[in-house]
Amino acid sequence: MLTRRFFDTPAWDFDVTKPFAEIERLRQRMDRLFDEWMPSTWKAGRTMGVFPLANLTEDRESYLLRAEIPGVKAEDLDIQATANSVSISGERHIPQEEENVSYHRREREGGRFSRAVALSGEIDPDRVDAKLEHGVLTLRLPKTEASKAKQISVMSTQS
Amino acid sequence: MTENDTKALVPKGKQEVVSKAEQTKDGLVFTPDVDILESDREITLLADMPGVQSQDLKVDLCNGVLTLAGDVAPWEGPDEKDILIEYEVGRFYRQFSISETIDQDRIDAQLSDGVLRLTLPKVESAIPRKIPVAAG
Repeated sequence: MLTRRFFDTPAWDFDVTKPFAEIERLRQRMDRLFDEWMPSTWKAGRTMGVFPLANLTEDRESYLLRAEIPGVKAEDLDIQATANSVSISGERHIPQEEENVSYHRREREGGRFSRAVALSGEIDPDRVDAKLEHGVLTLRLPKTEASKAKQISVMSTQS
Repeated sequence: MTENDTKALVPKGKQEVVSKAEQTKDGLVFTPDVDILESDREITLLADMPGVQSQDLKVDLCNGVLTLAGDVAPWEGPDEKDILIEYEVGRFYRQFSISETIDQDRIDAQLSDGVLRLTLPKVESAIPRKIPVAAG
């Protein structure tokens, strides 16, 4: 039988020793619900108003910068990196169609773009790797040894 | 190159799909930007679908409704931390109703650099013909 519960709510499992646990769970669920239902444009709200919109992430070894630039060829891209910034510029061409066509919709736009992103840590500009796959540009910007996070081992004096 | 090509681009936020039909998969769904142009012989549709690979793209024409659906693989690695997130990634989905009679067997779809180019040739009977008028 197919059963459907509201928000996957488990059956009542009140624990007398933790009277607020249920409220805490409810709060977490509300947070999750709010996260899921929030329009993504709010979440991705801190845009700089510069094309292309970019996502910057980092892992232990490097920064990763991604941007969606459909229809841009690799040869139309110019990428420059310094020790703490990277800039992407280029032009998106919308090819001219043949003469006797009528447009019903024209939502795609062409034009120049240029964007610089400052990085909080230092990178090695000589080892930057750029990939353009299916209209998504991915830049891997390797961190220098000095800017990598170090694991600090804690010594215990007790034996 | 047209004059249009040299102006500076401004970013457009991706449009999330507002659909009456519920999606069966969870995750975000976006509307791809399209150009639709028509000539005497065919209708051409260009759609921006960055991140969609050809095996994840479904194009379907059924009862005059053209459906484009493209799945995008998650872009983030497992141990990456977000610093600046300006766009979200999700499925692309859009439907069009096509009034012209399309020759289903000759539909051609090409995906390159994240742009889908769909050529929908009209059937012979739908191609306009010039009818000579005999003066009598």
